Amino acid sequence: MIILFGIFLLTLLVITALAIVRSESLFAAVILTGIFSLLMAANFFLLDAADVALTEAAIGAGISTVLFLGALALTGEHEQGASRNRLLALGVVTVTTLIVIYATFDKPRLGDPDAPVHQHVGQWYLEKTPELIDIPNAVTAVLGSFRGYDTLGEVFVVFTAGIGVLFLLGIGPAGRPEDEPDQGLRHYLVPRVVGRILIPFIFLFGLYVQFHGDYGPGGGFQAGAIVASSVILYALLEGEARALRALPMRFLQWLVAGGALLYGAVGVAGMLLGSNFLDYSVLASDPITGQHIGIILIELGVGITVTGVLLCVFHAFAARGRV
Amino acid sequence: MEMAIDILSWVMLTAGGVFVFIGGLGALRMPNLYTRMHAASLTDTMAAVLILGGIMLQAGATLATIKLAAILLFLLLTSPTASNALASAAILSGLQPEEGPVRREGKAE
Repeated sequence: MIILFGIFLLTLLVITALAIVRSESLFAAVILTGIFSLLMAANFFLLDAADVALTEAAIGAGISTVLFLGALALTGEHEQGASRNRLLALGVVTVTTLIVIYATFDKPRLGDPDAPVHQHVGQWYLEKTPELIDIPNAVTAVLGSFRGYDTLGEVFVVFTAGIGVLFLLGIGPAGRPEDEPDQGLRHYLVPRVVGRILIPFIFLFGLYVQFHGDYGPGGGFQAGAIVASSVILYALLEGEARALRALPMRFLQWLVAGGALLYGAVGVAGMLLGSNFLDYSVLASDPITGQHIGIILIELGVGITVTGVLLCVFHAFAARGRV
Repeated sequence: MEMAIDILSWVMLTAGGVFVFIGGLGALRMPNLYTRMHAASLTDTMAAVLILGGIMLQAGATLATIKLAAILLFLLLTSPTASNALASAAILSGLQPEEGPVRREGKAE
C-alpha cells in the first residue's frame, strides 16, 4: 500500500516538474515549485524521514515560495525566449538521464537491511544514542552531537548565503519605509483579522518545534523557518515598515551573526573545559546532561541564524522593490 | 458501539473523498473564476471537516485527536481567508462577476 502511495506521489512529482518546465509564466512556475516541495515532503514522510519532511515543507514549500515571489516582484513575470543552444541542452540532459538510470541498476531494494547505508556508521549511531546521549529522536542526536561539525558547516553555509544576498541586494533602507504609511494589506479586513489571530500561534509552534527537537521531529532549521514565516506574515499584513519597527534590521543582523557565534562558542567552551571542540559531555558534571545542554544550545544557535538570515533576505528584497 | 463509530468514521471519510472529487471536478468544469473558486473552496472546508473528523473518530480519545482538532481549526481559519483574499484580488484586478446567463471565459462573444 505504501509503495502504491509512493508511486502515486512520484508520478505527481514528475507531472509537476514537467509543468514547471513548460510554464512560461514565472508566477505559475513559482507556485508549482511550492507544490513540488509539498509533494516531496509527503514522499519523505512515506520513507519515515519526518525531520526532513518537516524541513522540506517549512523551507521548500513555505519560505522559498515567499522569497521567490519577492524576487519576481523585482523582475518580470514572464520567461525570456528560449536560447538557441537547445540541441546542446538536450544532449546534456539525455546523457545525464542515461547515467542516472544506469546508476539505479546498482541501487538496493527499498528498505533492504543489507543496503550499504545500513552497514556503515548508521547502526552504531542508533545503538549508542540511548547510551551516550539518551534522547528519543536519534536524528537530533546525530545532527547535533555525533555530526556536530557537519551541522556547524551547514549553519555557516546559511550565514554565508545570507551575507552574500545582503551584499548583492544592499542592506541600506533605500527610501525610508516609514515614509509610506499605507503599506501591506491593511485595507483588507478579513486576512488582517485572521492573521492577527494566527501569528502568535505560528510563533508558538515555531518555539515548540525548536525545543521539541530532542523528542520528536523538529530542530533549529525548521523552527527558524516557521518563526521567520510568522514575522513575514506580519510584514505582509501590517506593512513592512511596522515589521521593521518591531524587529529592526540591525537586530536581525545581530541574530544572523549571534546564532552562528553561539554555536561556535559552545564548541570552544568544550575546548576550554578540557575536551575536544564540540564535545558537549564536559559542559555539565554528568556527560549525558552535558550532551542535552549542548544540543539545546546549538539548536538554538541554528534557529537564531536561520530566522535572522531568512528575515534579512526578505527585507532586502522588499527594500530593493522600493528603489 | 465500536462498530457504530467505525461505520460513522468510514461514512465521513468516504463523503469527504466525494466532496474532494466534486470540488476538483467543479474547479475544472465551472465556467468562470468565481464559480470555479466556489467549487474549489468546497474541498478545503466541507471535505476537510469530513476527512479530519473521520480520522479523529478512528484515532479515538488520544493526543492525535487533539492535534487533528488543532489542524482542523487552523484549516477552518485559513482556507476561507485564502478564498476571500483570492476573490478580492480578482475583483481589484478588474474581473467583474457576471450577472445573468453565464458565458465561458476565453470564448468570443
